[in-house]
Amino acid sequence: MNVRLFLSVLSLLAGPVHAQGFAGLGTQADGFAVPGRPAVFDFPADHGPHPDYRIEWWYLTATLDGADGAEYGVQWTLFRSALAPETAVGWDAPQLWMGHAGLTTPDAHFSAERLARGGIGQAGVTAAPFEAWIDDWAMTSAAEPGADALSALDLAARGPDFSYDLSLAAQGPLIFHGEAGYSVKSSEGQASYYYSQPFYSVTGTLTLPGGTVPVTGTAWLDREWSSQPLSDTQDGWDWFSLQFADGSRMMGFGLRDRAGAVYTSATWIAPDGSTISYPDGALRLTPVARTDVDGRDIPTGWRVELPEQGLDITTTPVNAHSWMDVSFAYWEGPIRFSGSHQGRGYLEMTGYD
Amino acid sequence: MLWLALSTLLSYWRRHPGQLLTLLAGLALATALWSGVQAINAEARASYDRAAATLGQDQLSRLERPDGRPVPMADYIALRRAGYMVSPVISGELRRDGARLRLLGIDVLTAPPQAETPAIAGGDLDLVEFFTAPGLLLMSAQTANGPLPGDLPPIRLSEDVPPAAAITDISTAARLLGQTDVSYLLVATEQPAGLPPLANATDLALTVPQNAGDVSRLTDSFHLNLTAFGLLAFAVGLFIVHAAIGLAFEQRRATVRTLRALGLPLRTVLAAFSLEIAGLALISGLMGLVLGYAIAAALMPGVAGTLRGLYGAELTGSLRFDPLWAAFGLAMTLAGAALASVQAMMRMARLPMLAPANPRAWAQASARAMRTQAVAALALFGAAVLFATLGSSLLTGFATLAALLLGAALALPAVLGVILRLASRHANSAFGEWLFADTRQQLPGLSLALMALLLALATNIGVSTMVGSFRATFIGFLDQRLASELYVTTQSTDEAGRLIAFLADRADATLPIVSIDTPLAGAPAEVFGMADHATYRDHWPLLQALPDAWDRVHSGQSVLINEQLARREALALGAPLTVTPGLTLPVAGIYSDYGNPSGQAIIGIDLFQRTFPDVPVTRFALRVTPDDAAALASALRDDFGLPADRVLNQTQIKRFSLDIFEQTFRITGALNILTLGVAGFALLTSLLTLAAMRLPQLAPVWAIGLTRARLARVELWRSLILAALTFLLALPVGLMLAWVLLAIVNVEAFGWRLPMQIFPGDWLTLLALALIAGTLAAALPALRLARTPPAILLKVFAHER
Repeated sequence: MNVRLFLSVLSLLAGPVHAQGFAGLGTQADGFAVPGRPAVFDFPADHGPHPDYRIEWWYLTATLDGADGAEYGVQWTLFRSALAPETAVGWDAPQLWMGHAGLTTPDAHFSAERLARGGIGQAGVTAAPFEAWIDDWAMTSAAEPGADALSALDLAARGPDFSYDLSLAAQGPLIFHGEAGYSVKSSEGQASYYYSQPFYSVTGTLTLPGGTVPVTGTAWLDREWSSQPLSDTQDGWDWFSLQFADGSRMMGFGLRDRAGAVYTSATWIAPDGSTISYPDGALRLTPVARTDVDGRDIPTGWRVELPEQGLDITTTPVNAHSWMDVSFAYWEGPIRFSGSHQGRGYLEMTGYD
Repeated sequence: MLWLALSTLLSYWRRHPGQLLTLLAGLALATALWSGVQAINAEARASYDRAAATLGQDQLSRLERPDGRPVPMADYIALRRAGYMVSPVISGELRRDGARLRLLGIDVLTAPPQAETPAIAGGDLDLVEFFTAPGLLLMSAQTANGPLPGDLPPIRLSEDVPPAAAITDISTAARLLGQTDVSYLLVATEQPAGLPPLANATDLALTVPQNAGDVSRLTDSFHLNLTAFGLLAFAVGLFIVHAAIGLAFEQRRATVRTLRALGLPLRTVLAAFSLEIAGLALISGLMGLVLGYAIAAALMPGVAGTLRGLYGAELTGSLRFDPLWAAFGLAMTLAGAALASVQAMMRMARLPMLAPANPRAWAQASARAMRTQAVAALALFGAAVLFATLGSSLLTGFATLAALLLGAALALPAVLGVILRLASRHANSAFGEWLFADTRQQLPGLSLALMALLLALATNIGVSTMVGSFRATFIGFLDQRLASELYVTTQSTDEAGRLIAFLADRADATLPIVSIDTPLAGAPAEVFGMADHATYRDHWPLLQALPDAWDRVHSGQSVLINEQLARREALALGAPLTVTPGLTLPVAGIYSDYGNPSGQAIIGIDLFQRTFPDVPVTRFALRVTPDDAAALASALRDDFGLPADRVLNQTQIKRFSLDIFEQTFRITGALNILTLGVAGFALLTSLLTLAAMRLPQLAPVWAIGLTRARLARVELWRSLILAALTFLLALPVGLMLAWVLLAIVNVEAFGWRLPMQIFPGDWLTLLALALIAGTLAAALPALRLARTPPAILLKVFAHER
């Protein structure tokens, strides 16, 4: 598929990535619902799609250790983008779907993309029983009856030269970012609904050109939906999910603004799932190493500081070339870090065109 | 030195502008016809390639249902959910308001990269508009300006979309065509890792990509035909050039002798001549290209019409300029000029330096040369017979034609010589004897021009006989095939039910017509279901049939096939034909089906409905007393409420079919006339050449008392006689040509053989044309002769060499 074609489709997806580049599509709601305060969630329905909102995603990243001793990273994402705030059955349905799958090894990065229209069954999400799918890629609930649908998942995707098949079991509760799930994205007030399941343990198999690799590890699922997540001047974002040795976690992002300072936000997650949200400015993100990736200058090493938690670490990528070579390309891959804390995590960087 | 020689040689043309013009015009005409035809062919081929490349059909395999019905959406989703990269297309024809448009509904979200449409990939499209109702239609400007069905979504122009078609989102196509199931699936070349082969995962039939498509295969014959015409025209043009160059060489013998005597080496003289010819060829080649482009542009709509009528191939009626084409055309001109001048150059090289310059030497062809030609002609006739009997391809068909024509041309001087010698025995006056003897003596000089005339006339006779035979057969065929008085199409099966009730006591018979596009013997074809009625039993144009063919067909035991299918697959009566994977029937009859490029089979309507239960019955043939047809047609429109374009009477359809037919052969007619024109011009050139050289022969006749006016009249008569004789010889050649066209080329190209008919009326017209050409060609030289001052004639005796 042609890049320009999907840039324009994805301007509708309004992934934080490109929203600004497309005539402010990220900032206008055009009849779509807009997140409001206080955020009230209704599960399992809210695990499913929200067609009244323009964009939504089911975003899973996993840091894995292979039986061969190597580190691996896996990404599975399903984006929903609405052309109109409604659903329909048949070719006319105004909901578009996009899947991204990534698999990172220390010396290679595989990526694949799928696109589909809603209304015909090729892609979609059902809340109960929970399943998110596009083609043969699927994230399916394997939860016990009565448990949260996301507490156990089967996950599969396949690209031209790789595939993976993972089982995930949550070791903690869902957590909510910002004000109980209402996550502000700019000083102008653009916001999204945002919750995560950061406590998965993982077992499964990766299939690579060289053969299959059994893996174990941890995973993190993000759920987010909105209709106007970015302000006009925001170029892209740098997003971190970090796992510390004591079982606590941290989510932090910085939204880069052409007009001014980076807008940051962070959520500190205790091992029991209790959270502390930090407003703009509490988290400091500073690039410390850069890599030429696919002709672009990408900051692949970062200093991450959250003084209120005594955090001051430097991250390094497992593979500096974790480049998602899809319709709109971005960097996404597993990282390690050292400093005040040791551990692993995932980094996503968008908007480095 | 070279420059001096060149300027000396070139000064000749300043004194003979008429000859210069002839040379330039000859080369330009030859180039023009050749390159014009090439331009048409190239444009048509490019058009097929564009059409074949639409949606990557030239690179992508497809999945279709073996029975030709749409693929259920659930089957498509099942394949996607199994991981296969297949992309749906909903295609169909939108017919409304008497206009039709082919819709290609694609899913850009899943379409493989090869299926990418530049218009969409270009990014100038508003994708929200494209995806959401009412949607957008992408089509070429030509399609957008043509007649279109009404109530279409907004149109965006894109020249990459083939003619008469629109590309749109699959949702828009689904809405406009009222079809949710998928017409076919495009299969991406690269499938994800670790999946079982696609063929194991589905019952759908996988078809491999069609390179350049069926259209290209079908139309090959047409383009070969055009190319043959182009080459013929080029050859005829070269006759002119040969005459003009030969004359120019001869008339400059004295100059060359002087140059050589002054010490100029032969090599320099030859180089100067070569440069001169190359320069002239270049100039006339460029003129020819301009002219060729104009010819191609003028003929293009006719060609487009022909291809649409004959093969259903859609062509843009426009022409693009291709530098490669121009370069090739110029190279052809240069090669042609070199060929035409090689004889003259060789003579120049062999010319003894101090030999007397004698223009007559050129015209005095030896009897030996004529014998050699006659032998070559016989060999070519033999080859023609061989090709005709042994060959079985289009190419050998055309080889037969070429050998026949060339042989006839080479035989012409010898045959004319014999006729004139025989005729001179009956001359009963001295003047008559002189006339025949003089004519015979002129033959070598005129022979090339006469050969050109023979070729043009023979081609004309052959092609017009073929077209005429075709037309006569076609009209008879239409009368048989369109036996019913009215043909009605309803919009739905509900409406069809009401129609049958409406017609119960108004029509003598209401015969359903059902058909489906489904491959037969691996090629696109149609299967019809036919009702059991005397209309068909009495009239259907069966070429061969078993005695009880109709009973066998209507009881579902046999199938009827058209001649094309029978010939292509060598199916004789009784041979089995696989209609669908589960249905194989013996052939009970073969019927003629002119004007249809693809195969066709007919089965009984009961069997048809059992085999293809989803095909709706919406078309009907109505039998009614012919006098009541008009009244019933208006009742159907006014009382029953059918739109006017859904009720057609027999006459309308026949007229429409004949229009298509005439359109089909318009291009042939145009090329015929052009070739004849070129031949006439060749004759004029030759006569002009001879006129200048013949003074030494005419002066004595004038001196013994014949007036110049009489001499001029004699010249005219001579030209007429030669034209008439050539015509007489062209007649059998033309008829043989027609036979080859009908019995070999047509069978190979279209799959049908037509009975040959002759049209003496057309011959008379052509004879008149030949005589007019002869008169016109001789008029100018004769007029000059009549006005030659006596002093010049007298000088002949003074300067006798």
